[in-house]
Amino acid sequence: MKETLLSLEHLSIDYKVKGGYLSAVNDVNMDIREGEIFAVVGESGCGKSTVAHSIMRLLSGGNAKISGSIRFGGRELTACPEKEMEAIRGREIGMIFQNPLDSLNPVYTVGAQVSEAIMLDRVEKQEAMKRAIRLFQDVKMPDAEERAASFPHELSGGMRQRVMIAMMLSRDPRLLIADEPTTALDVTIEAQILEIIKELKETHNTAILLITHNFGLVAEAADKIAVMYAGEVVESGDVFEIFEAPMHPYTRLLMQALPRSTKREGRLQTIDGSVPRILDKKPGCRFANRCPCAEERCRNETPEETAVSETHRCRCFLVPPGQPSGRKGT
Amino acid sequence: MRGYLVKRVLQGILLIVAVSMLVFSLLYMMPGNPVDMIVDRKVSVEKKAEIAHEMGYDLPLTEQYVRWVKGIVVDHNFGNSTRYKVPVLDLLKDRIPRSLVLCGWSLLIEMLIALPIGLLCAIKKNSFFDRFTVVFTLILTAMPAFWLGALLILAFGVWLKVLPISGYKGVEYLVLPVFALVSASIAGTIRLTKSEVLEVLNEKYVTTAVAKGLPRRTVMVKHVLRNALIIVTVQVFMSIPWLISGAVVIEKIFDIPGMGGLLLNSIIVQDFPVVQAVLMIVAALTVVCNLVSDVVIGILDPRIRISMGGGDK
Repeated sequence: MKETLLSLEHLSIDYKVKGGYLSAVNDVNMDIREGEIFAVVGESGCGKSTVAHSIMRLLSGGNAKISGSIRFGGRELTACPEKEMEAIRGREIGMIFQNPLDSLNPVYTVGAQVSEAIMLDRVEKQEAMKRAIRLFQDVKMPDAEERAASFPHELSGGMRQRVMIAMMLSRDPRLLIADEPTTALDVTIEAQILEIIKELKETHNTAILLITHNFGLVAEAADKIAVMYAGEVVESGDVFEIFEAPMHPYTRLLMQALPRSTKREGRLQTIDGSVPRILDKKPGCRFANRCPCAEERCRNETPEETAVSETHRCRCFLVPPGQPSGRKGT
Repeated sequence: MRGYLVKRVLQGILLIVAVSMLVFSLLYMMPGNPVDMIVDRKVSVEKKAEIAHEMGYDLPLTEQYVRWVKGIVVDHNFGNSTRYKVPVLDLLKDRIPRSLVLCGWSLLIEMLIALPIGLLCAIKKNSFFDRFTVVFTLILTAMPAFWLGALLILAFGVWLKVLPISGYKGVEYLVLPVFALVSASIAGTIRLTKSEVLEVLNEKYVTTAVAKGLPRRTVMVKHVLRNALIIVTVQVFMSIPWLISGAVVIEKIFDIPGMGGLLLNSIIVQDFPVVQAVLMIVAALTVVCNLVSDVVIGILDPRIRISMGGGDK
């Protein structure tokens, strides 16, 4: 079995807001191994981006309170001094963001921005530029040399995301965090970007933390999956197991809400209501108010994460622990 | 880029022509008469008419305007000062450099102080330093330059006797006027720098720069300040004409023989050729500053460079 690279244990993040603490992330546990694509799925506002940013310590402002542990390659990142974090960012953990236009500095050429990262490893300027161009070729950018001299606004969305990927690959990190890398792109480009990410895993043995709300993307690429709801991981495990037999009512509803080409009839399924803002923690399941199977107990007691099988965990009272993953389907 | 520049130069010339017409006609709409100002009250009406005729003031306004413009364009001559009886250019020859030196130093010192302070205020937002700066600059803004100038004269010239209070014979004569000018305009520049830096700090590309592992200092200088400076630079160039008009009053207070003092006196005695010449120079300077600021942003911001070229490449 491959070694665990990143492990989140009881990670909670609260934002100080007017009138108390907003619980953005609550008791999240994840283990990401080398060379594995780990997908985090959930609706907007479920805290998946917050988790991603907290790993790199990129949460802005001083009003986020982090508790629990983030271990990366044997180091505890929550206790890491800023200087050490600087050495980890880019070198050990790379990150690509949702909107590739905003994420590149408009006043420098994309080649300069990528070589700037490479030069952090004490590489000469010209050599760095050469490597940047090679990286552009690696991410399938046509006319790489010419493109390197372009400014971000001269490139299309897909091109810009390739630049971002090239930039974050430039220092060969062991973990790449991809925060909704294809959300701002159209479907054909999405497929290409996904190909690049998968190839990366094969050739460089890079672990990838893929944050997305797109189940299609997960099915296509991921090895493991964690479904998040209102700041909590409600279900996690092997991607095949969960697609085959989702246990948590939320996961099931999410999958029913997917548009399927095979089921042409009827309207799209939706989940009523929206993700609640959790101000000050109260007992009870966070999904109870939208859950079709909610019982009295769900509103008064907080369910714990329990193992359904060795590779499958779920946070719900209705799923008995230790039950071998059944073939109930959706 | 070249086509764009040519267009801007032509626009600038048109603007200067329009300003020249306004300046010319405004003066004639003013109450009073230049002839009255140069002769004694007892001079007879006939004699006055004779003088007016000699100076060409009896001609129709349009004809006077044409003669004036012809003088400038053909003979490079703004006419003679009615008061000093010498060519206006001779009067201005020594004064323009003095005014420019005063404004140049003010601008330079203002930038050297305002940019680092603005950056610091943004980085350490809501700290004591930031709050202190905000309050202090507010006080500076509220103080009129002429009043501050008078206070400075009192403090450093009269009480402490460390600096000369008026005239212009050396560099020490510039200290107080530059101080007064900088105080008057520095608050705006600090605030602008701060707000621009704050805006850039929220940009995603700053997060990217941090995420790729750049040290904080490099992120601040290469990515934050570099982008914030675009707007600040434009603002600085646009403020040069204001600086010059502010200098008019300061020159008067510190009795620096520059353009400003001359302009004020000439307005009072209705020395038309001098007033016209000075206003034209300020107008031309404004146009040039605008043009330069356009070119400078083009250099600083590649997005604008492209739209100047008119193409997509």
